[in-house]
Amino acid sequence: MEMIMNTLKALMGWVDARFPATKLWEEHLSKYYAPKNFNFWYFFGSLALLVLVIQVVTGIFLTMHYKPDAALAFASVEYIMRDVNWGWLIRYMHSTGASAFFIVVYLHMFRGLMYGSFKKPRELIWLFGMFIFLALMAEAFMGYLLPWGQMSYWGAQVIVNLFGAVPFIGEELSIWIRGDYVVSDATLNRFFAFHVAAVPMVIIGLVVAHIIALHEVGSNNPDGVEIKKNKGSDGIPLDGIPFHPYYTVKDIVGVIVFMMFFAAIMFFGPEMGGYFLEHANFIPANPLQTPEHIAPVWYFTPFYTMLRAVPDPFLGVVAMGGGVVILAFLPWIDMNPIKSIRYRSLLHKINLFFFVAVFFYIGYLGVKAPEPVLSELGLRFSEVYFVFFYVLWFHSKTRDAKFSYMSLFIWMGLFSLNDFARYVEGSGELILMGWLIPGIYLTVMFLAPLYSNLNAEKAVPERVTG
Amino acid sequence: MKKTILAILMVLPTLAMASGGAYIDKADFDLQNKESLQRGARLFVNYCLSCHSAAYQRYNRMAEDIGLTNAQVSSNLMFASDKVGETMTIAMQTEDAKIYFGTQVPDLSVVARARGANWLYTYLRTFHTDDSRPFGVNNTTFKDVGMPHVLWELEGMKKLVNAEEMHEQPGTAPKFETVSTGKMSTAEYDNAMRDLTAFMVYMGEPAQLVRYELGIYVLLFLVLLFLVAYPMKKEFWKDIH
Repeated sequence: MEMIMNTLKALMGWVDARFPATKLWEEHLSKYYAPKNFNFWYFFGSLALLVLVIQVVTGIFLTMHYKPDAALAFASVEYIMRDVNWGWLIRYMHSTGASAFFIVVYLHMFRGLMYGSFKKPRELIWLFGMFIFLALMAEAFMGYLLPWGQMSYWGAQVIVNLFGAVPFIGEELSIWIRGDYVVSDATLNRFFAFHVAAVPMVIIGLVVAHIIALHEVGSNNPDGVEIKKNKGSDGIPLDGIPFHPYYTVKDIVGVIVFMMFFAAIMFFGPEMGGYFLEHANFIPANPLQTPEHIAPVWYFTPFYTMLRAVPDPFLGVVAMGGGVVILAFLPWIDMNPIKSIRYRSLLHKINLFFFVAVFFYIGYLGVKAPEPVLSELGLRFSEVYFVFFYVLWFHSKTRDAKFSYMSLFIWMGLFSLNDFARYVEGSGELILMGWLIPGIYLTVMFLAPLYSNLNAEKAVPERVTG
Repeated sequence: MKKTILAILMVLPTLAMASGGAYIDKADFDLQNKESLQRGARLFVNYCLSCHSAAYQRYNRMAEDIGLTNAQVSSNLMFASDKVGETMTIAMQTEDAKIYFGTQVPDLSVVARARGANWLYTYLRTFHTDDSRPFGVNNTTFKDVGMPHVLWELEGMKKLVNAEEMHEQPGTAPKFETVSTGKMSTAEYDNAMRDLTAFMVYMGEPAQLVRYELGIYVLLFLVLLFLVAYPMKKEFWKDIH
């Protein structure tokens, strides 16, 4: 026994002299000290990694049978679903995984938003994360074309046409992206290349950067306290515990519970009522027949609502892109020194949860056909979505009465100007009612600190709690 | 934290789809009922599979899934092909179909997934006479459909009596009056269409027959795994805090 151990040790020594295996293991796992107070929300980082692995592995198996050819693609997916052994399971893992990826990543981002994980010194972690999110959106969008159903086709048609709204070069740009005048075989082939090779490599690289940056500065925690400020005589943070074994065994539990939800969807409702797999996508792509209602998959719908809220095509694209990109600037928007929501004001909590509700709601509006009332709501809640970031900045410190009223008048003035510009006979009542949505939101957010103690913040403890 | 989750859950119901449009009946079929699937298969190959194809459905896969032998299928259910390993293709050319019906005749392999079972069940039972249409029939579920009422010999013919009411109030159930009777009574025809719908739902995704059962085993396995992993986590963590 001892001889075997000695041999193994010698072997490890041989490897370590040539490759830092033990060093890497210690730096990132057995001697990476993570705060001991991680809660439920801290499962989603490791779960995102799990879903990435699921997508890569199932994706590899799917490429063995899928045909990236406009004449064969739809049939090859059905071939996978029927004739390939366990093909249906692999395909459902991949399609459920796509939605699961966004659920997990949205929750992971929300965690960052709640506990101020994007704040100094973690700005780069957040930026890498935002690039992952962008790459993920590209990956999902291009992957969705591959089944070559009606929604695949027309969804891609609509989104690629958006590039046509770019001034001067738009038309050329969208043709360059498609490789044709309409979405066609050429588009399918290049999207396949991006989906299975280029973008996954980018995502994996960014994930590595995300984790290296995280392990350089150390993890934040639900208290938003820097555990590295309180170190023991051995140089180890007093509130830190080695990631391995503590968080590996904890994350295993998280993985199992997550897999239960995942399996439940995959086996009992892989279409998820038409949200994960759209019904119209079971009709083969037909370039000559536009579906009645083109709805993007659920994870894009909040941004789709922003696009539709602006009548001008180019400005709509700017709004949609802006809705994503503005998140990247959070470290320089929310400058409040208190990281965790636990010690932020009640007003901030209300603001954040209202933002989440708005995000859900505009997501819901994004799958609906545009009727006048819903379009008005889409515009109003998109306004709230964007002005939320100003409110976040506004709440970074105490503001005086003059600045608060100024902020209110300027923002509501801008929204009102837009309302005057779009007024047509008979739309007055709807516009007026809609005006109240950002009106009430901003009045509360800007003026409550002046007339109530909703803005009272709590003292941040020295050490992490519980 | 719990409050947060609760808050998110409260927003979720607004995501539920609102329904609208034409009247849809509920197809109360049972995929586990092999006889029903077999009857549905017989109707499908007799009445649908000459204009419509089901190009992703193999005969022998069907035989295995709905409890028939290959011999039974090839002697009773194969009119369009001669090898049980083949898929349900048809001889009619797409171009010809366009001339005959004014439109492409869709492949029906996954139609149940595109349209939904309830829609199919309703559609198959809402053909009615309409002299303005080329085949003399129309359908209240799929207005001005190019398809003739191929099942008329079973159902007979009926005429729509509440067209105006349906027009004024979308979503109103159609009412019919019998013009001529077929081989089946209304109840028999409804049952037959339930079988046909069940078969088409099966055909849309043959894996359905196994995935529910497999899912239960997978979940049970995960529960077992949890029963090991959770105490392990507790054990490791007992010296923390």
